[in-house]
Amino acid sequence: MSRQLFGFPGGIVLDDHKDRAAENPIEWLPLPPLLVLPLKQHAGLPAIPVVTEGQRVHYGQLLAKPAAGRSAGVHAPADGEISFIGLHPVPDDSNQYQPCIGICTDETGAHEEEELVDDVCLSDDDLRERIAQAGIVGLGGAGFPSAQKLTETPVKWLIINGAECEPYISCDDRLMQERAPAIIEGVQILARLLKPELVLFAIEDNKPAAITAVAEACHETNIELVVIPTKYPSGAQKQLIQNLLGFEIPRGKHSVDLGVVMYNTGTCYAIARAIAHSEPLLRRIVTVTGDAVDRPGNYDVAIGTPIEYVLQSAGLNPNKLRRVIMGGPIMGIALNELSAPVSKLTNCLIAAGPDELDETLAPRPCIRCGDCMEVCPASLLPQQLFWHIESEQHEKAAALDLAVCIECGACAYVCPSQIPLVQYYRHGKAVLRQQQQERLAAQQAKARFDAREQRLQQKQQQRAQRKLAAAPALTEPEPVTVAAVVVTKNDAEIDASKPVIAQHNDRLADVLAAAQRAKAKKQQTDATPPESSS
Amino acid sequence: MSLAISSPHRTRGERVGQVMRMVIYCTAPGMATLMAFFGWGSLFQVWLCILACVVGEAVVLSLRGRDPRHELKDCSAILTGLLLGLCLPPYAPWWIAISGSLFAIVVAKQLYGGLGMNPFNPAMVGYVFLLISFPIAMTSWTPPLALSATPPGLIDSIMLIATGNTWDGQSLQTLRAGIDGFTMATPLDHLRTDIAQGQMISEVVNQQVFGAFAGFGWEWVNLAFLIGGGVLLQQKIISWHIPIGLLTGLFGSALIFYVWNPDVYASPMFHLLTGGSMLGAFFIATDPVTACTSARGRWYYGLGIGVLVYVIRTFGGYPDAIAFAVLLLNLAAPTIDHYTVPRAYGQPSRKILAPVPSGTAPRSTADSATASRTQNKDPAS
Repeated sequence: MSRQLFGFPGGIVLDDHKDRAAENPIEWLPLPPLLVLPLKQHAGLPAIPVVTEGQRVHYGQLLAKPAAGRSAGVHAPADGEISFIGLHPVPDDSNQYQPCIGICTDETGAHEEEELVDDVCLSDDDLRERIAQAGIVGLGGAGFPSAQKLTETPVKWLIINGAECEPYISCDDRLMQERAPAIIEGVQILARLLKPELVLFAIEDNKPAAITAVAEACHETNIELVVIPTKYPSGAQKQLIQNLLGFEIPRGKHSVDLGVVMYNTGTCYAIARAIAHSEPLLRRIVTVTGDAVDRPGNYDVAIGTPIEYVLQSAGLNPNKLRRVIMGGPIMGIALNELSAPVSKLTNCLIAAGPDELDETLAPRPCIRCGDCMEVCPASLLPQQLFWHIESEQHEKAAALDLAVCIECGACAYVCPSQIPLVQYYRHGKAVLRQQQQERLAAQQAKARFDAREQRLQQKQQQRAQRKLAAAPALTEPEPVTVAAVVVTKNDAEIDASKPVIAQHNDRLADVLAAAQRAKAKKQQTDATPPESSS
Repeated sequence: MSLAISSPHRTRGERVGQVMRMVIYCTAPGMATLMAFFGWGSLFQVWLCILACVVGEAVVLSLRGRDPRHELKDCSAILTGLLLGLCLPPYAPWWIAISGSLFAIVVAKQLYGGLGMNPFNPAMVGYVFLLISFPIAMTSWTPPLALSATPPGLIDSIMLIATGNTWDGQSLQTLRAGIDGFTMATPLDHLRTDIAQGQMISEVVNQQVFGAFAGFGWEWVNLAFLIGGGVLLQQKIISWHIPIGLLTGLFGSALIFYVWNPDVYASPMFHLLTGGSMLGAFFIATDPVTACTSARGRWYYGLGIGVLVYVIRTFGGYPDAIAFAVLLLNLAAPTIDHYTVPRAYGQPSRKILAPVPSGTAPRSTADSATASRTQNKDPAS
């Protein structure tokens, strides 16, 4: 606990509003009649369904296999029948419909614990395989498939992120308080696979109960508990690394390139379940809070449970409800559709009552006060970025390292003019991404065109050579060239749809014939002056 | 782009008005001290200036099709009026305050696009406008009440500002005479003219207008503004970079010359505690709209103003150095910003941006629009 901290620039101290939900123990939420499992609950491409509509599925069965890249499998949290495979609202920043699998559940969901598996008897490869097949992704919000971070090369630092720096959220806090031994078990599995020199477990100092529980569970392990000051966004990956280890991740590199791998506490718990209980990722802890719910708390929710069902179970008061936020109030997403389900990445649902969250006001002009700059954890100049993006000068924003922005929202939080800065940055990034794609597409098109031109030229040359070889009598190339140009031009007018060069090639035989005719004619009319013959 | 409901869903709230009000409140000690030493005049100047600024801003906002009731709530016009009023000689005629305020708000602020768009500090533009246009009225400071042969009362103050004469018919010029009958100038004026006439500092500062460190009264006014500035710093309304940079620049340059030749150059303490040093450092140069943005930039900006204040006070033609120094550094702010971009997270080194077509880093859309307009108009291009 006496580890030296390096701190990070910027950041803000927020009212955490965690108490209401964090007071109560984790409550097990019964299964809803319909579960909706989005196929994309992770960083990469949507998973590929391996079941069909109407098929009966069982608890823990694989419903969709991971696609290539940063994808993860999706499993059935309960027995039931596949009711649909199709578009359904998802809790996503796009607020759009995305492919999902629906399950009509026909059981209460109470499952006997699978027999415990002792991970000591499993080989490393077995462990990796089990984690990969359990469909576990980073539960902190990034959704990076956990198995893909288990590199074969040993890492130097394994960091467990229990910071949970956003207000309102307390699911990790409760999990650490109640299930610290299981989390530590997961950490030890990770440590065994990654062979780090140092395992650090970071918790913000506003969670004393969790700190005690984890400290107890860490006892007699080589895991070092680090208590960090409460400051948003200390739980962001880059900021936590900077705070604990004192260095930055250079742009364009991943933390693993520098020997750092980070896992969220919830992820560690899921890994422990996957190994010890052979249980894929089926449920997660969700903080349900806000003025509009009567029983705020942390609920153990089956993934796929409709958000409406979760809120109603927590005593939703519809008259008070103004807005539902998934995630924290600083980085969370306002949900349009409450039929959207809880996904692997749903850590918190805030049913906000009146006066709880800000209304969207007309922003006042920027007075360049620089408050945003002072709180930026990435040392950017938020107001300059804002000016550039607002005037659609995106290259200038890019030159000021817009890409480094982690969209933590600290700048917009402190902005005295209430300018929605993060939205501007997202817009600027989107425009730059689009421009980049267009440039890339143009380059590719040009490369394709050039290659085709070259190919056609080669063919033409080859054909010409073959013709020349087939007609050894022809010895004067000059008239051929002249005639070829003339013929090509005429034909191009006749059939513009055919590529000129192709026509050129097709007509080469005619040209040669014409040239021979011309030669014969020339021999016949030898007496006439050359001017008239042309 | 659309402005849909977006994160963050909870913020510290709209505070532009709050920030401006806080600055306004923090001028109170300085204002009170100013009145204690120089009479009621400043109070009326401040009232007149605020009135003119608010009315002027309301009219222009209406003409621009904005909602004046909403925009005036940001209190920036009141602050501009207040700062200009504090800089004016206490018994300057009423039209000085009105015309300066209108110039500040209408020309220096609203014609550039309103709050946040003006490249120059409006109060200082108004002040310099008055100083250049009406130099005699603007340099007619009365002596502190204690040194005045006939200190004006409340009614006399109003009469002086409104009509130019007191109740019993005295003009401002007679009031400007000290107890010994000589016309009193400000300590800075005295220093300049007497040094120019070959006197030594030790002789000059023996006059009545000089107190322990700086000018009689002036040192207390400056200390009072320093207290208000301290509150602003403590409340994190302003960052320390600009005021401390300014005072360091001023103190440092004064120290160099003072050490070199203390007979001709006034002491650093004199410079810190005279004229508008503290008002300028904490309330005027810190106007965020026209200052630099990055921490390092602000430090250089403050330093630059401090050095310029010393140079103008000592070698320039006007004693009112703060206004000119602030405006000159306003001009340099985009350039300073351009060279003081902080190193962002994960970037290899601090970078200097590639030159941008419009010459300087654009501070606003209005700026870049102006730039493109001038580019289009240029017949040579």
